[in-house]
Amino acid sequence: MALFGVFIVVPMLGAIALSLFRWNGLGTPHWAGAQNWIQFARDPLARQALTVTAKVVVLSWVLQTPISIALGLFTAGRPRYRSVYAALYVLPLLLSTAGIALMWEALLDPNFGGLTALSRSLNLGFLRQNWLGNPSITLYVVIGLIAWQFIPFHTLLYAMGRRQIPDVLYEAARLDGASPAQMFWRVTLPQLRYTIVTSSTLIIVGSLTYFDIVYIMTNGGPGYTTRVLSLDMYQVAFQQNEYGYASVLAVVLGVVGVGIALGLVRFSGFGSMSSQQEGAA
Amino acid sequence: MSQTATRSVRAQSPTRSTPAPSRRRRRVSVGQVVTFLLATVWLVIVIAPIYYMVLASFRSQGTYLTGNPWLPQGGLTVSEYGTVFGAGLGRYLVNSVILTAACIVLTLTICLGAAYRIVRRSTRASAVSFSILLLGLAIPIQAIIVPLYLLVYKAHLYDTLFALMLAMSAAAVPVSVLVMVNFVRDIPHELIGAMLVDGGTEWTVFRRLIVPLSKPVLATLAIYNGLNVWNNFILPLVLTQSNSVAVLPLGLTKLEGQYAINVPAVMAAVLLSVLPLVVLFVVMRKQVMRSLGSVIMR
Repeated sequence: MALFGVFIVVPMLGAIALSLFRWNGLGTPHWAGAQNWIQFARDPLARQALTVTAKVVVLSWVLQTPISIALGLFTAGRPRYRSVYAALYVLPLLLSTAGIALMWEALLDPNFGGLTALSRSLNLGFLRQNWLGNPSITLYVVIGLIAWQFIPFHTLLYAMGRRQIPDVLYEAARLDGASPAQMFWRVTLPQLRYTIVTSSTLIIVGSLTYFDIVYIMTNGGPGYTTRVLSLDMYQVAFQQNEYGYASVLAVVLGVVGVGIALGLVRFSGFGSMSSQQEGAA
Repeated sequence: MSQTATRSVRAQSPTRSTPAPSRRRRRVSVGQVVTFLLATVWLVIVIAPIYYMVLASFRSQGTYLTGNPWLPQGGLTVSEYGTVFGAGLGRYLVNSVILTAACIVLTLTICLGAAYRIVRRSTRASAVSFSILLLGLAIPIQAIIVPLYLLVYKAHLYDTLFALMLAMSAAAVPVSVLVMVNFVRDIPHELIGAMLVDGGTEWTVFRRLIVPLSKPVLATLAIYNGLNVWNNFILPLVLTQSNSVAVLPLGLTKLEGQYAINVPAVMAAVLLSVLPLVVLFVVMRKQVMRSLGSVIMR
């Protein structure tokens, strides 16, 4: 309890307090009042970081959710070869983010990388790109890599969710003459709504604070095109030593994160006692 | 998806060999082929980069650059594995093992104790601390990294494994306590009452009853927290600096700085860093998959 208090709660309050000071880490902190917050409102870099982060959040959700649902339903299915697939699908979960970043750096290298080699032997020109150095595509490459890393996990969640749906519901729907598409929209999706909320919350909050791949692979570049909010905060704090201003960014991250999480949970009625087996009869 | 239903209908039908069911069967199988193809496409997306990495790690720098990196041209070698061990990977590996083991022990001990207290003593203090814990679930680590760094720095713990152990264990507390509270709450009160009547103290109940009963949930949380600690990047990045205390994820990026152009060496290092997890996964795949899912689904 004390451990949690000292290392989580104190820093939480500390971030809010620090955001009101100007401090370079040495010397004494100076009271700054709302100065840091005004700086935040006027900072074009922060605005850029917010835009990039918003893109990462929205596109990550749009990309990861449908694929994860499809793969989750697939792996929860009956044929035996699927369990082999399911076991292979989870492999990326074992790799650390640092490992994933280094692996993809080797693949995406425009001169000696795996994709360039592939484009040469298959004559597919589009595979040869400056993946991590072209301002118009790098952000999407990063979003794709985040998806590569996390889809396996969400697939696992959806597969578990699907296995919990009672077979009776499908039998009933079949007797009523429902087509597979109708069964998907009327039975599977509504039954998966708790999983969808859980998974979406994790995707949104996770990509809001996403740091590792961006830090290792692009460090915010080219230009500022992949400088997400958490990277912005890291650099303001640990490279420019402006702990006060960095704390403003941290508080923004924390508040938006907690807000979205609570909002999603509230909005979806996650806490309420609505019946899981709605429509079962 | 609905095969049970299909099968039972078919079994009852006396006209099993009439064209209608067989036509239906063919339509299903067309769908299955499409599903199979799409699933295989994703499988390739998942496996191809990993295959590439494994193959690259077994080449020398020269053959990686001159041959086709997707094919085993020019002979395979394990020499780069030796290179990365020479460059300090062994140290990082040891650090990671120590850190992960210490965090698992610390988190599980603290959290089981805390969960037992929260369930047994419904005082206001324990209720309040429980709701603060729940709030902690939603706080991303990135949001508190700056004050955490300053705290560790002021406590003269900067650049120590000990600081990492405390910070990572603390980060694991909310989820672990929540899962354990749910578990301990389901242990029948009659069992605890009976032990107390027989002259046991709260401590003996905890040691003789709660700990043995909690073994499955402890295993689940050990795997879940262990994976998180093993792979965490931002905390070591911010809280440590020297090579002597670097853990694997950070060590990998240090190696990349050293061997930027020696791709086989970097790939070998990445593979060695996942080896312990792959072994764990092969030995207890079901348990690992269940742990990952069940902790989140609660």
